[in-house]
Amino acid sequence: MRITRLVSENHVQEVDGADLSLMDSLIAKYKGKSGSLIPLLQGTQHLYGYIPGPAFEKLSEATGISSADIYGVATFYAQFRLKPVGRNIIKVCHGTACHVQNANAITDALKDFLEVGDGETTADGEFTLESVACLGCCSLAPVMMIGENTYGKLSGKLAVKVIKEMKNNLCKQPQE
Amino acid sequence: MEKPKIIVGLGSCGIAAGASKTYDKLKAYQQEHAVDFELARTSCIGMCYKEPLVEIQDASGSIIYGDMTEDKVLDVVLDHLTKGIRNAEMAVKAEDMPTHEDSFFDGQVKIALRNCGYMDPESIDEAIQHEAYKAISGILKEKRPQLDIIQTMIDSGLRGRGGGGFPTGLKWKFANQNASDEKYIICNADEGDPGAFMDRSLLEGDPHAVLEGMMIGGYAIGATAGVIYCRAEYPLAIKRLNIAIGQAKEKGFLGENILGSGFNFDIYVKEGAGAFVCGEETALIASIEGKRGMPRKRPPFPAASGLWEKPTNINNVETFGNVPWIINHGAAAYAAYGTEKSKGTKVFALTGKIKHGGLVEVPMGITINDIIFKLGGGIQGDKKFKAVQLGGPSGGCIPAELGHTPVDYDSVNATGAIMGSGGMVVMDESTCMIDLAKFFLHFTQEESCGKCTFCRVGTKRMLEILERITEGKGEEEDIPKLEELAYQIKNNSLCGLGQTAPNPVLTTLKYFRHEYEAHIIDKKCPAKVCKPLLTYTIDPEKCTGCTVCGKKCPTNAIDGARKEAHTINQNICIQCGECFNVCKFEAVMVD
Repeated sequence: MRITRLVSENHVQEVDGADLSLMDSLIAKYKGKSGSLIPLLQGTQHLYGYIPGPAFEKLSEATGISSADIYGVATFYAQFRLKPVGRNIIKVCHGTACHVQNANAITDALKDFLEVGDGETTADGEFTLESVACLGCCSLAPVMMIGENTYGKLSGKLAVKVIKEMKNNLCKQPQE
Repeated sequence: MEKPKIIVGLGSCGIAAGASKTYDKLKAYQQEHAVDFELARTSCIGMCYKEPLVEIQDASGSIIYGDMTEDKVLDVVLDHLTKGIRNAEMAVKAEDMPTHEDSFFDGQVKIALRNCGYMDPESIDEAIQHEAYKAISGILKEKRPQLDIIQTMIDSGLRGRGGGGFPTGLKWKFANQNASDEKYIICNADEGDPGAFMDRSLLEGDPHAVLEGMMIGGYAIGATAGVIYCRAEYPLAIKRLNIAIGQAKEKGFLGENILGSGFNFDIYVKEGAGAFVCGEETALIASIEGKRGMPRKRPPFPAASGLWEKPTNINNVETFGNVPWIINHGAAAYAAYGTEKSKGTKVFALTGKIKHGGLVEVPMGITINDIIFKLGGGIQGDKKFKAVQLGGPSGGCIPAELGHTPVDYDSVNATGAIMGSGGMVVMDESTCMIDLAKFFLHFTQEESCGKCTFCRVGTKRMLEILERITEGKGEEEDIPKLEELAYQIKNNSLCGLGQTAPNPVLTTLKYFRHEYEAHIIDKKCPAKVCKPLLTYTIDPEKCTGCTVCGKKCPTNAIDGARKEAHTINQNICIQCGECFNVCKFEAVMVD
């Protein structure tokens, strides 16, 4: 659960080349089933990493729910993103256990190092910094999670070190 | 002799601590060396502070080793298997010898968590060996009347483990009494309290127990379908639930005409999308229906009109986990644990500044001190125990002086906190209570759905006041203002989120008023957490003039020549604490 929610301005962004036909099988799967708006939105986000603006129209046509209502649902839940995200999402845990072990220091250090605010993506599209509520490994607090990897017992410095190493590895990898 | 079995604990917390790498290491060794052992997995046994955990079962019995990271595991395992050396240093639990970690298990009674850490959660055959589906099979075979089962639940005294504490049997009775062609049973697995992971652990460790609990509830109220509403942030729990549901269907425990009894029941998992308010029953139902998760007025209660306007019963994961045990062992066996009004056991997630962080299941009525000092091993660094936070953002702080409080619904409520779902965050003297209240209020203010004005605007105003206080801009009338807002919000909000949101502020005001006053009147933070209230100075006796702090200072507030005592210019200092962090001679002082 993201603690900081998406702000409602400037976030529906048309992206060139978002291939909406990818959604067809998803829509077919839930056709005629009541209560499937949230799974549809989750499926769409799974396809694109976020919910592109034109997808709202397409979902509206498919379900008969007005795009305003769909938009209302998408903005209500913290899970849905309406902007593209970086290739790596850094989730810094701000659950109670992490908070009392100074999780703020980690977010602050990463903000400084990556030069982004909470919930923002770096200019190179590599990292998105997020605050999340409880990743459920409280005994390792404070914790952050990048992809499938969890890093525990962190300090601001250690967190920055992890990101630096990831950046170095990215540089070494051949570009696609 | 059967070959030895090595079991790696692969719950989310174990994996976070590196248990997957430990498993891979053992697997690789097994393949390369053809060593004769069976490799298996289990889930969390609750001992998070010793993860990764590896259990070895052989002719000499069972022994669990802790801290088994990939670099250490082979040494310990090979010593054990080939040389018969049992590493007493690393052992945390053994059948036939005491270990230095036994205090963590002494005093625990495992009912809901009875199988967690003792079987492979992805194998229905192992689950069946551990009594899974025994209760429902018996009920169906004997064609036990619905009201008979409900009476058993009432007699057991089981109360809702999600925090509300409403008697489960009574809840089932209401849903049973409302006639309808369709009824639903919902498992609330939207565990949203930051600092709580009891439900996750149970779902990951023993998904079949939850499914069986739902089936028994479904049979008792006359439902045909069950829905598990689970947080999307629990991918492993969702995966294991879906595996368990698939296996149960294959074995004929779920679906049409279960075990030839004529009882039809199906369960599916619905992923939540991240909204704390969806822990509230009517908001949860709206969310399953695909709407914004906003609570509605009650009555009608879900028992009369819930999901798709049909009678619906909602219970928490842990509540369902207890149900099959109660049917198998009888109401009296369950009611033998606990206090007069709070029967049975409760699972707590012990976190914060505690030595033995993890998951414990204890009989109701045990004292807070016993949990923290006996099971939890005391406070990290042997600092002073200051308070414990129970019930997350809806709960409150209980101070150390009330550590003798027994943990049961009524005693905890009397302190102003609530039992909640079981998050227990322990704090020492370095935790600022105003900062903590601000943290929780920030959370509830963000998570307020916005329907009720008092909750939407009131929590925002309270948060602003707390922010001012922690920035040193507090005024004396702030305390009465906070109290007035708190009572208004409690009285004028529709659902539990708003009704309980002010609890963290009210309890800290009740027990730590002096800390508020220190912030407001003296402009000091006694726990030295609120940065704008701190003053950094350099002790000229200890300062060696190494110049490290001066170089680090972002505002050039530190003056002093090399090898001479430095000073901090308070007019420029921004209290960032960098000098304090870098000083090797403990010369920088905070006040």
